[in-house]
Amino acid sequence: MDLNYTAEEMAFREEVRAFLKAKLPPEIAAKVASATQLSKADYDLWHLALAEQGYLSGPWPKKFGGQEWSAVQKHIFEEECALAHAPRIVPFGVAMLAPVLQAFGSKEQQDYYLPRILSGEDWWCQGYSEPGAGSDLASLKTRAVREGDHYIVNGQKTWTTLGQYANKIFCLVRTGTEGKPQEGISFLLIDMETPGIEVRPIILIDGEHEVNEVWFTDVKVPVENLVGKENEGWTYAKYLLTHERTGIAGVGGTNAGLQALKRLAHSEMQHGRPLIEDPLFAARLARFEIELMAMATFNLRTVAGADAGKAPGAESSMLKIKGSIMRQQINDLARRAVGPWAMPFVSEQMEGNLYHPGPDYSAKASNVYLNNRKISIYGGSNEVQRGIITKAILGL
Amino acid sequence: MDFNHTEERRMLADSLRRSLERGADWAALAELGVLGALFTEDEGGFGGQGFDIAVIFEELGRAGSDAPVLEAGLAGGLIADAGRADLVERIIGGDLKVALAHAEPGMRYDLGPVSASVHDGHLSGRKSFATNAEGADLLVVSAVAQGKTALFLVDPKAQGVTLHTTPALMGGTISEITFDRAPAEPLGDAGTLEARVAAATLAVCADALGAMETAKAMTLDYLRTRKQFGVPIGKFQALQHRMADVAIEIEMARSALINLAGHLSAPAPTRDRHVSAAKNLIGRVARLVAEEAIQMHGGIAMTEEYALSDVARRLVAVDHRFGDEDWHLARFMKLSA
Ligand SMILES: Cc1cc2nc3c(=O)[nH]c(=O)nc-3n(C[C@H](O)[C@H](O)[C@H](O)COP(=O)(O)OP(=O)(O)OC[C@H]3O[C@@H](n4cnc5c(N)ncnc54)[C@H](O)[C@@H]3O)c2cc1C
Repeated sequence: MDLNYTAEEMAFREEVRAFLKAKLPPEIAAKVASATQLSKADYDLWHLALAEQGYLSGPWPKKFGGQEWSAVQKHIFEEECALAHAPRIVPFGVAMLAPVLQAFGSKEQQDYYLPRILSGEDWWCQGYSEPGAGSDLASLKTRAVREGDHYIVNGQKTWTTLGQYANKIFCLVRTGTEGKPQEGISFLLIDMETPGIEVRPIILIDGEHEVNEVWFTDVKVPVENLVGKENEGWTYAKYLLTHERTGIAGVGGTNAGLQALKRLAHSEMQHGRPLIEDPLFAARLARFEIELMAMATFNLRTVAGADAGKAPGAESSMLKIKGSIMRQQINDLARRAVGPWAMPFVSEQMEGNLYHPGPDYSAKASNVYLNNRKISIYGGSNEVQRGIITKAILGL
Repeated sequence: MDFNHTEERRMLADSLRRSLERGADWAALAELGVLGALFTEDEGGFGGQGFDIAVIFEELGRAGSDAPVLEAGLAGGLIADAGRADLVERIIGGDLKVALAHAEPGMRYDLGPVSASVHDGHLSGRKSFATNAEGADLLVVSAVAQGKTALFLVDPKAQGVTLHTTPALMGGTISEITFDRAPAEPLGDAGTLEARVAAATLAVCADALGAMETAKAMTLDYLRTRKQFGVPIGKFQALQHRMADVAIEIEMARSALINLAGHLSAPAPTRDRHVSAAKNLIGRVARLVAEEAIQMHGGIAMTEEYALSDVARRLVAVDHRFGDEDWHLARFMKLSA
């Protein structure tokens, strides 16, 4: 047992820090720190900077141009990025589709799509969920019918995160109706420019436009856009979901949230003294920090158990639950900390150029709190994760 | 002991519920007697007791109403305390909308110290978190004059008054108001402010209870109708047990509210002990109900379009009005020592 980072790991941390210092534009970091919505241009700029440095493909296998980062390296990278208020890496191409293509895609698909993911030419979104197929994803109904060299796709996806910026969507579609519902599902790559696709915005509880409905009417998709084999998409989807879950503990972001909250609690006053001196608030903060210290080690223990480039097993469900709850707690504490400033409620989608009248640190406290209620719902809800733990780990 | 509301209060609650369902406007609320029920007979109304406030605001919360009834009771109550029966009559009749501008940026949840001031009949300073001040006909504003905090009437349209208004988390609006030598009419001292804020805190607690009942009803309905894995999600024991816990906590909230309503006219230390007990508990339960309702719905509850989002925001806002969980916990500890 050795709780210290190795010399190489510390050197890697320094390298990441130096990169962030040199390349992260302060305006973008300020937006992230204040939870201001990022534009597509902001995301693209950061995406390119990371790609140029080779960080975007850091976790990828070497044969696809990656560096096969260890789990610890990944953790260090995420932690430093969060502390520097770097934009999150939009995961759909780099961290979700890429591993699937690397494992199950054809040589042509790998050669064509992987470089375009890194260059930012393609912005992918994830078309899994449907109105009737959430936790029960296998009940999805969007149909793809083979006609010559094409699939004709009809149906509706929903909750498509940042689909408004995407030019590509990877979808789970129904190609078979025999056997178990899982058996008739295929994994299809679809160009969003194809006629018959309509993207409709969904405004969320924080008042912002983050997710969308995507409608398909007789959309023609070339058969070469099928990943792997027809009717075996479920296997690939599950593989992807375990990748989705690795980052979902979000320890880096939660730690950044804690640091921000400490600063905030020095500025916000109560009874004429900084809030941080209030014993009840200080106790909440301390209790949280105690848990986060344990959580960080829990996270490292679990991810370090997985070999580089591979996804952790059912233990990741534990991380997802605890990680999401802690993330939500830090947002809850931040909302508490700003006191009555949590009441003016302004979103960037509202008309009339409204601005929040309070200190900058207070402006988005409620919005962020509300928005992050999502993290215990998506990526496999916490109830579904508990189900996995009881079966796969506890054997009940 | 008798835990039933009087016949009159039950009737008022029932008709209020029905007319809110039909989209009652301000005139309709006045007509129904909702505003009159906020004031005692001495003040020109026919209510004004803890349980009057409780039944009215539970219905307003249930319906998700944005009508400035809390402000009518709070600012209107201060106007009544100053003996301005002429204005109270217009408030009860629905002809005069009033709002209170008391809090200031640095006060957080405390009731002082006030730094706005009045010189030669003109008020200057900055006020924060004035709910439903936008659209009010008259503001009650606290300010220091001759070294003492007192209350003043200010016309929000008068020169020197600037409102910066945004939507409020709980619904309705919330304003930052700057007063730059605005004409101010003396109303009276601020001696009854604490008692009126206690009553407003009760109103928020009751409103929260109504909103909790709505969240519960919507969630139950969804658990019965939403199907995943071929069954209504309400069949999953994981959700059943959480729904049961939510139902238990709502009964706790209702009980805390009854405790408070029954002690609203008690001497200040007893009254405030109950205010803090109820507000602490209801602040906690409101958040629990909001979070559980969202979680048990899944993604649909995250959307602006689905009606639960308004209810959830209203519930989350409860803890930010008139003192949060910790503020009331600290006060309860002090009052119980
Ligand atoms: C902000 C946001 C962004 C998203 N982004 C994307 C995206 O980009 N692409 C995409 O494809 N999807 C996305 N999703 C969808 C997300 O994955 C689903 O919301 C999730 O799978 C849950 O499905 P549901 O919302 O339909 O809830 P439901 O499955 O209907 O669940 C409702 C409730 O029932 C519970 N429940 C369900 N089954 C069980 C069970 N067996 N036992 C116990 N409890 C159960 C759930 O935990 C939940 O509490 C996003 C969702 C949100 C909110």
